[in-house]
This record gives sequence, structure tokens and C-alpha cells, in this order.
Amino acid sequence: MQSPAEIVPHSTGVVGVSWLMIALPLLGAAILLLGGRRTDRWGHLLGVVMSLASFVVAVLAFVQMLGLDPGKRRMAVELYQFIPGVANIGLLIDPLSISFALLITGVGSLIHIYSIGYMSHDPDRRRFFAYLNLFVSAMLLLVLSDNYVGLFIGWEGVGLASYLLIGFWQFKPSAAVAAKKAFIVNRVGDFGLLIGIFTIWTTFGSVAFKEVFEAAPGAQQNTLTAIGLLLLLGACGKSAQLPLQSWLLDAMEGPTPVSALIHAATMVTAGVYLVVRSGAFFEAAPTAQLVVTIVGVATLLAGAIIGCAKDDIKKGLAGSTMSQIGYMMLGAGLGPVGYAFAIAHLITHGFFKANMFLGAGSVMHGMNDEVNMRKYGGLFSVMKVTAITFIIGYLAIIGFPLLSGYFTKDGIIETAMEHNQILGWLAVVGAGITGFYMSRMVFMTFFGKRRWEDGAHPHESPAVMTVPLIILSIGSIFLGGFLILGNRFMQFLAPAVGLPEELPSFHPFSVPGLATLALVAVGAAFAWFRYGAAEVPRVAPRGSFLTTFARRDLYGDALNEALFMRPGQWLTRLAVFFDNRGIDGLVNGLAAAIGGTSGRLRRVQTGYVRSYALSILFGAAVVVGALLYVGNM
Amino acid sequence: MGETITFWVLAVVSVAAALGLVFSRKAVYSALMLGVVMLSLAVLYAVQDAPFLAAVQIIVYTGAVMMLFLFVLMLVGVDSADSLVETIRGQRFWAAIAGLGFAALLALAVGNTLIAPAKGLTNAVKEAGGNVPSLAQLIFTRYVFAFEVTSALLITAALGAMVLAHRERVRPKATQRDLARARFSGPQPSPLPGPGTYALHNAIDMPALLPDGTIAAKSINRVLARHEEEDGVTPTDPSKAAIVKQLLVEERLAPKDEVPDDSHTDARAVVEDNVAQDDLRDEAATDEAETGGAVREAHQEDGK
Amino acid sequence: MTTHYLVLSALLFAIGAIGVLTRRNAIVVFMCVELMLNACNLAFVTFARQHGNLDGQIIAFFVMVVAAAEVVIGLAIIVMIFRTRRSASVDDANLLKY
Repeated sequence: MQSPAEIVPHSTGVVGVSWLMIALPLLGAAILLLGGRRTDRWGHLLGVVMSLASFVVAVLAFVQMLGLDPGKRRMAVELYQFIPGVANIGLLIDPLSISFALLITGVGSLIHIYSIGYMSHDPDRRRFFAYLNLFVSAMLLLVLSDNYVGLFIGWEGVGLASYLLIGFWQFKPSAAVAAKKAFIVNRVGDFGLLIGIFTIWTTFGSVAFKEVFEAAPGAQQNTLTAIGLLLLLGACGKSAQLPLQSWLLDAMEGPTPVSALIHAATMVTAGVYLVVRSGAFFEAAPTAQLVVTIVGVATLLAGAIIGCAKDDIKKGLAGSTMSQIGYMMLGAGLGPVGYAFAIAHLITHGFFKANMFLGAGSVMHGMNDEVNMRKYGGLFSVMKVTAITFIIGYLAIIGFPLLSGYFTKDGIIETAMEHNQILGWLAVVGAGITGFYMSRMVFMTFFGKRRWEDGAHPHESPAVMTVPLIILSIGSIFLGGFLILGNRFMQFLAPAVGLPEELPSFHPFSVPGLATLALVAVGAAFAWFRYGAAEVPRVAPRGSFLTTFARRDLYGDALNEALFMRPGQWLTRLAVFFDNRGIDGLVNGLAAAIGGTSGRLRRVQTGYVRSYALSILFGAAVVVGALLYVGNM
Repeated sequence: MGETITFWVLAVVSVAAALGLVFSRKAVYSALMLGVVMLSLAVLYAVQDAPFLAAVQIIVYTGAVMMLFLFVLMLVGVDSADSLVETIRGQRFWAAIAGLGFAALLALAVGNTLIAPAKGLTNAVKEAGGNVPSLAQLIFTRYVFAFEVTSALLITAALGAMVLAHRERVRPKATQRDLARARFSGPQPSPLPGPGTYALHNAIDMPALLPDGTIAAKSINRVLARHEEEDGVTPTDPSKAAIVKQLLVEERLAPKDEVPDDSHTDARAVVEDNVAQDDLRDEAATDEAETGGAVREAHQEDGK
Repeated sequence: MTTHYLVLSALLFAIGAIGVLTRRNAIVVFMCVELMLNACNLAFVTFARQHGNLDGQIIAFFVMVVAAAEVVIGLAIIVMIFRTRRSASVDDANLLKY
């Protein structure tokens, strides 16, 4: 087995100024937010330019990296000594982070461009682009930082951007609530991450990747397991894995480009990045690794089941996102082989899921923002580009042979199968369910009878929206094969995450592969019978117990409510009661007592000189009496 | 032996006078009682080898301070404050308790203390040759600083009294011409009839008679009438009694802030002509209160 | 013998105090204060005799001076209050009440 390459300082060429990747979108966000209405007219263009500039820097850095010997591809760029010797701000440009940077800036730029069209009627478009730029900047800081503190700053930055963008239409109560929910659920994960970072600090005395990972194998097993589980908790929060999955479905309240960029392609994969980046810990702590795979499998099944029952196209896609991230998480728990498949799947997923989300946005754009698939139907003929690109994405996600998803997902499943049969077969089942619910989505949207609302005039979206779709769909077709065939991506990532001794070879006709294809075909066929061939009712039928179960997000919200919200409310009420009666009672009681006493005592102040004189005489008498008493003692 | 008799006599007198001071209804009596106490104390000082203080007591206290009191009493006059009815609940009871308790405690203290026979001042005054030279020596040597400070205090007090008693004149002094004009534009240009005119006596309580033999209402002295009424004495002459009664009723009905007044004095008329503002009226009323008695006297002198 | 003087002094002081507390006419109240001062003076003179030095008499002398100054100012205040409030009653000046 080949370990990751050593991290060496490097400051020449584009890599030396790679901080521009973060700084440019940040500058854009600052200009747009501080510039106010003056920037309304050209704000969206600035946002796109900043994002594209960042992409260009990323590409140049990537090219520079390709020119280097693989052993020298982990480059540390020191920027600023935050606390000398303790926490420095620096960047780590290595194959892993540059992959993410390319994905973020590339897909991000496409989505920026798409948003020009999508948000063209929104009075707050400038603010939207400011937030998008802020997100890109924070996300790049997250993936490029060479230490956990910088990573955490980016982590919180994307959380903030996500919050702002989910609640972008804050006049809608549902959006405001969803934003709050996402923020609060993420706090749980962030709490875990923070404690994990604290533990790393106390254990290794550093938060820099270089030093920490070098020291990791020598640390105590229990500590490593704890660190792994805490980091996993953080990853679960950000990546909507069980048990912190509940926010992602609600997060679809945000504008569709946001759903595509943040809640499908990039931010939600930050958890996977964290696990892969911290591979040194997980590889040394098998228990934590096992938990990661279990969480991944549980989530991929849960997400898939939820996706089956959703009539809201975006929520269906959100369930699918959960499920696909579950695959990635599963891969990330499988060691170096899995890392490559997980990241490859992450990148291809970024393409085809963004593709489908933007396609869904395009459909909504044409259908007066209708999201209920039961009111779509037969849209293929009226919006051909959208439909074709969407279908390409669909084929990619279900693992249609030779498309992107086929290679990456199959790689994860096969690796899992080698690792643990049960997990492998569960992943296969998940793939089958994916085949069902994605087919259902396509059939309900683009085929069958037209079930449109009165007054709906679906039309193809403008070029500014369709061109990104086309680019993304091209990526959805070819990227997977390009990355996986010949272990190209695994070799590329090797300096960052290491390389297994035995390279997996691609078997087109392995048992799990065939089983997956068969199950997907069954699922798709079942979907065709239910939603393609048969009539789809415009109002959702009541459905079986299982349907309700899936519709209610597997009772995740109910569980959270019962376990956390209600006891929390009781605790709050108790605290309020204690505050009102106990503390306020004490304070107010004291005040009332003093006030009452004063009210009575002030009667002593008659204003009559003679009364006061009487008091003085009494006092004098007391003094004389006391003196006498003392003198006689 | 002589001292004992003097003490007991003067002790009884001074305590009785002090009680009189506290309990007499009229302030003038109180002042006189205070004078008695002070004189008694002066004698007691003298008995106790303090001849200088005895003299000062008589000169300063009984002479100057008491006269000041009487002057102020005359200025302020008598009013309801002289009433002995207590208005603060429990004040009298608790005052008695506190006062007597205090006295009892002091007496107890004095009685409990072992007191050696008095040393007397014979030795103390021997050197300087007498009480006054000895005091002088002390004042101008050991206590010279305190003495100088007292001089400053006295000057300050004198200045303070002048500042407090001084009032700015807010309008020019009424001239003879103003007074005459006011008098002739008023209801009564002629002098008021003095008491006793055409009457059998010319005592102050004897009203003047008009040519038809009836009583001239304007000649009745209201202060006397008021005092008589308060004492429950009614004039024997029924017609005078009726007029007095009517006068007093009018007086009570008059606005409270106006000073009861038996006639429109000339000064007041001028004032009323000149000013209408309330605050200045108040001022004018004060003016009148100070000078009213004198003016009234003058007026009645005129009437004679 | 001095004991008697001291008791007399205490008695006069108490009577003066009672007078201050019970009388309402400001002038009479003032007189009572003077009575109390005089009672003190008597005590001073008595102590001077008792201890055989003149300091007590000096103090009594200073008390008289201060009392004279106090009377001047006090009476001036009374006159001024009477001018503005038409009253010499100490109870009428009760604006310092609750």
C-alpha cells in the first residue's frame, strides 16, 4: 500500500496565488453586499465574473499540478501566521482539494450563469449573487485550507451561506422556518466537528493536516475512534446523513439554483470531503470506519425510500441527493479504494444532480413555479432541451451502462461487496430503488398525459439556462468513464489519499454489477407500469403504510420532535417558569418588599420639623442611655 | 447657706418660668417668662463665681436678644400658630416621654457620678487678680483664635440678617402726589373718623358718632373688635354689637390671601391702581402687613 | 451642691426640648432653643466651678456669642418666611414631606 505523499511548501506559479480562488468571490460578495442598490444593474454579472475568475485560477493551478511529479503534488501555501506556531492560515493544494475546487468553481460558475436567467425576475437578484459568491468563497476555503481551523471557518461560512440562501425568500414563512431548521440541525453537526477539532488539538497539539496526519497512526485507538466519530457527526450534519438528515428536504425552499449548487453538488458533499481528508484517522480506527459505512448505507436506503414517495420534484431530488451522498459516505468508509470511488462519484454526482436540479428549475420556470409532479406530465414535447438533458442525468444516476453513474456507483458497490457482503447487497438494493424513483420522476414529468393546471403554458427556457444544462449533461455522460477507466482518478488522487497495493480492475460483468443492473431495470419497469403506462391521479392517493412512512420522511421529523423538540420545549418552559417565578419572583419580591416597606416608611417623613426634632431627641436620649449603660458596666 | 437658699428660690422660679414659657398661650408671655429664666440664671452665674458671665447674660441675653425677640413678635404679630391645640398625632405624648426621659437620664447620670466637693475658682482667679482679668487673659491667649473666629461669625450673621431682611423695591416709592391722588380717587377722601369723636369718651374702643347720633362703622377698631369677639365679650350697645358683627362677617368672607384690613389705606390704593398681577399683590400685601399697623395708627390720628 | 445645679440644668434643658417639640409658633420654638442653650451654659458654669478652672466659663461665653448670632439669623429667617407665607407656624413649612 502506498501512503499519501508528503506535504511540501510550494509558492511558485499559480499555486502561489491560489488564495485568489477564495478572495475573488469573497470580494464579489463584499462589493455586492456593501454596494447596495447601486450594484443592482450589473451585480449578477460581477458575481458570474468572480466565479469564473476563480474557476480560471483553479484550472491554471490544476494544469500546474499536472506538470509536477506525482510525489510533489501536495503543495502547502502559507498565507498568514494566525497564532504563530499554533494556527496558521494556509492552503493545501493537492489532488483532492483541486478536484473539489474544480467542481465547486466549475459547476458553481455554470449555476451562476443559469441563475442570471432563473432569477431574472427577482428584485433581489443582486443579493442572491452576493450570497452565491459568499458560498463559493467559503466552500473553497473549506476544501483548500491546510488545517482544521481554516476548514471549520469555511464549514461555518458555507453553513451561513446555506442559511441565507434557503431563507432567501424570507417572506415565505416556510422558507424562513426551513432556513432556521437547516441552521439548527447543522449546529448539532458543527458541535461534533468542533469537539473533534478540540480533541485533535489536545491529542496532537496541532490542527494542521501535515502534522496531525503524520502523528495519527501513533495515537491511542480510543482517541482515534472518538475523533473519527466526532468528525463523522460533523459530516452527518453537513451532508444530511442519518440521523441529521431532516434539514435537507426542507432546504428545497430555497431557489432552485441554490438547491443545485449547495444542496446537491457541493456543500452537502463537504461531509464526504471531511471523512476522506481525515482518512488518516479513520484508517487507524476501524470502528469509526465501520460506523461511517453503516451511516452511509442507512442513509442511502432512507434517502431512496423517501425519494419514492415525494410528489414535489425538488424534494424527490433531495431524497435522491441524500441517497447518493449515502453512497459516497459508504465509499469514504472503505479506505483508499473507496475514497477514489467516493470522490469520483461525488464529482459525477455534482454534474448529473446539478443537471437534474437545474432541469427541474427549468421545468418550474416554465410551469409557473409548480413543483408538484402530479401536475406535470407530457412535458417532453414542449421543452426538449430540458427533457433530454434531464433524462441524461437520470440515466447517469440510475447507472445506465457507460454513463457516469454507472462507473462510479458500481465501483462503490463492488468495493463495499469486497469489504462486507451485507453492506454491499444493501447498496445494490438501494440502486434498485434509485432506478424506481428516478424513473417515476421522469415518467411523471416528461411523459404520460398532460395534467397541467389551467393557465400553464410550458415553454423552453432561455439559452442562458439551457446552455449550462447541456454542458452539465455532457459531463454527466463522459466524466464517469473518464475518471474510472484505467484507475485514472485513483492514480491522480493517490498523492493525497494513498493508493491500495492491489488496484481494482473494472469488470463489466461481475455479479454485483449485473445484479445492480437487473434491479435497476426492474425498478424502472415497475415505475413505467405505475406512472408511465397507467394514469397518474392529480391528487395523491392515500397510499399504504409504507407510502405514508416515506412521505413523512421516515418519521424523521416526528422522531426529532418527540426526542428533542418536546423535551426541549419542556425544558424551556421549566426554565421560563423558574425564571418567572424563581428568579423574577425573588427579584420582584425583593423589589416589592422594599417598595412596600418604603411606602410605609415614607409616612415617617411628615415634613414637620417637630417630628424630626422628636426623632433627634429620642436619638440623643438613646445615646445618653447607652453611655450610661456602658459607663456602669 | 446663703447660696443654698438662693439656689432653691431661683431654681423654683426658673423652672416655673420655663414651664410658663412652654405652656403660655401668648408668645409675649413666653418672651417675658424667658426673660425671668435668664435673669434667674444670671444670678445663679453670679453665685457660682462667674460675675462676668452674669453681667453678659443680663446685657446680651436679657437686654439684646430678648428685645430682638419682642421686636420680631411685634413684626410678625399674633396668629393661629399661637394655638395650643396639637395637630400632629402623638407628638405631645412622645415629646413628653422623650423630654422627661432625657431629663431623667441626665439626672441619673449626674446623680450616679461621684462628685467631689467643688474646687471653687478662688485659686484660678488669684493669679490675674479677679474673674474678669482671668477671663480676659484666657480669651486673648489660649482662646484667641476662637475669639477671632467668633468675630467673623458675628459679622457674617449681621450681613446675613441684612441680606435676608432686605427687599428690592420693585416700583418707585409712592410720592406725596401719588398718595393724594389715590386717596381722592378712592371711596374715602376724607380721614376716617377717629374713635371717640362726638362720643362721651375718646377711648380707642369708643366708636365715633355721626351727627344723627348713630355709630360710624368706619371708626370701629377691628383688631379690638376681633379680640373682644375671641374673648367672648360683646359690646353692651346693641347697635354697636350689630355693626361689629357685620364687620367681622365681612372680614371672614374676604379672600383668604388678602390681609384683613379695616380701611383702604392710601398706600394700598396706589398699589391696587398700579398693579394687577397676583404676585405683586402678594408683595403688596406683605408691604401692608409690615406697615399696616403704623399706617392705621396714623390714619386714626388724622381722624381725630 | 454642684449636683443640684446640674440637675436644674438638665431639667431646664428638658423643658426647653419639650417646648421645641410642642410649640408651633416659630418664635416660641426659638425661645425654647434659647432656654436649652441657657441650660447648657448653666452646666458649663457649674463645671467650671467644680473643676476649678475658667475654661467652662469661656465656653459659656462663646456659646452666648454664637447664640446671639444664631438669634439674629434665625429671626431674620422667621421674618422672611412670614413675609412670603403669612405664617410663623413651623408646621406650615412642611414641603419636605413624602
